[in-house]
Formats: sequence, C-alpha cells, structure tokens
Amino acid sequence: MPAHVRPVKDYIAVFLALMAFTALTVYASFVDLGPASTFVALGIAAAKATLVILYFMHVKGSTRLVPVVILSGLFFLFILFLFLAADYGTRGWLGVPGR
Amino acid sequence: MAPDARATPLDSAAHGHAAALAHHFDSYEQQKESATLGMWTFLVTEILFFGGLFAAYGLYRSLYPEVFRAASHTLSIQLGTFNTVVLIASSLTMALAVRGGQTGKGKLSALFLVLTLILGSTFLVVKGFEYHEKFVEHHVPGATFHFEGPDAVHAQLFFSLYFLMTGLHALHMVVGIVLVAYVAKRAAGGAYTPENHNFLEGTGLYWHFVDLVWIFLFPLLYLIGRH
Repeated sequence: MPAHVRPVKDYIAVFLALMAFTALTVYASFVDLGPASTFVALGIAAAKATLVILYFMHVKGSTRLVPVVILSGLFFLFILFLFLAADYGTRGWLGVPGR
Repeated sequence: MAPDARATPLDSAAHGHAAALAHHFDSYEQQKESATLGMWTFLVTEILFFGGLFAAYGLYRSLYPEVFRAASHTLSIQLGTFNTVVLIASSLTMALAVRGGQTGKGKLSALFLVLTLILGSTFLVVKGFEYHEKFVEHHVPGATFHFEGPDAVHAQLFFSLYFLMTGLHALHMVVGIVLVAYVAKRAAGGAYTPENHNFLEGTGLYWHFVDLVWIFLFPLLYLIGRH
C-alpha cells in the first residue's frame, strides 16, 4: 500500500467546494461590481484551480520538485502577460518619427 | 543490486504486461517521481500553449471591452454552467479512478473511468450544440458573419477567440477521451497496481489540466458583466 491514499470524503469535499465556487462565480457575474468583477471572477477561478491542483492532481503530498516545476511555468506565463501589457500599455507614449 | 533481486511477483504476472518496475529505476518511488515530473513538465508547456491565447484574449478585451461584453451575452450561460458542472464532476470521477489504481482496485477504477468518459462526451455534445447555434446565428467569424451591435468588426475578435480557445480545449478533450478509454481497458485488465499505476496517474493529471483550462475559460467567455 503506498503511503499517500487520500480518503474518498476528501475528494467529495473538494468537489462540493468546486461546485460552490461555480455557483458563486455565476452569481457574482449578475451583481454590479464595477471594474472589480473581472478580478473577482479570476480570483474565484484561481481558487478553484488551486483546489484541483493540490487535491485532484496530488501536488499536496508530492515531493517539493513538483510545485517548483509548476511555479516556474506560471512565472513564464507571468512574463508573457507582463511584457505584452508593457508593450501595448506604453504604445503612444512617444511619437514615432515619420508617422 | 541485480535486477532479479528487486523483482516482485508482479514482474512475472501472467498478464504479460511490462514489468511493474522498469530496469532503469532503483525503486517504485523514483519511478513514480520521474513519471509525475515528466507529466508536469509537459503540462507546463501546455500552460504556455494556452497562455498565448489567454494573453490575446486579455489584450483585445482590454482594447474593446464593450463589444466583448455584448458578444459574450450571446453565449448561453445555462449551457456554459451545465458544462462546467459536468467537467468538474468528470474530474471527481477521474480522481476516484486514480484512487482505485492506488488501492489496486482495477474494476472500480475502470468503472470510474467509464463514468469520466460519459461525462467528457456529454461536455463535447453540449459544446457541439453551442457551436451549431453559433453557425445558425452567423456568429462564426468570416464572410457570413453578422452581429447586431455598434462594433461588429471587433465582435469578430471575440468570436474568433471563443472558437480558438474552446476549440483547442475541445481538441484536448477528444485526446483525453481516447486516453481514458485506453486506460479504462487496461485498468479492467488489472494492469495497474498500487506500486505502478503511473500511466493512469498521468492520464488523470492530463484530464484535470483540461478541467483547469475550462475553469478559466468559463468566467472569461460566458460571465462578462451579466448584470
């Protein structure tokens, strides 16, 4: 028997939490939160993703190298978003000669 | 240590499957760790693969927020929510199938994998109906595109991203369904043991990843300011 077998009730609990978050995000989209609504939606999605990664994908209880690999991937995703935002966000700050 | 010294009864199982412990690994733990890390390395490339589309979505939504909102409202929130529930339920059945592998219950594992297959197929059928509706309403970008709104040109951007993102996701679902069907057959045949169910575990990781992508797609495509 391997060391780490999670009880079935843990999986059910994670599933119910994911259902609750799904209901919450649908509800939140019908409430006028102004510009914050996008961040609320993404925050709820990030919470759901964290539950799936930690429990369904067994990262909780894995060796330390696994989260390091995942975080390295997220870091490069962050670079992708950051540089794209830096590019489009600063276009027009300086005039382009000849245009 | 000579290979024979660490051979287990499973290695000579009558099924004729590959040895539970491959000869280039010292222990089951090392073998499992390698499989897990390898799968996650692949999934990291997948994160960046989808990441490019999410970046494009973020950029164009920030440039054309109003038309993205109007176009988003043409999607069915009921079907989107239904599919979200179906996909998360399929992740639960997949997690329980992997647990069946961990505890050596091959038949139970196969049962949960078949449930996963049914739920995954349900998702794709619903997606098919949604796509069909888009074609009927001329919301598919191209020569016949038609959108009632002030900025129809940029509405095409939303629908292009909608089809690209959900299409790439659906393609991953199709691959996942083929994998799950194969793994279900193997599980029923007793191929997975508590010591080595790494292929089953890897298939589970892939399936959960596809679920993760949808967890972000759903609010971004279906739930833009519905109030």
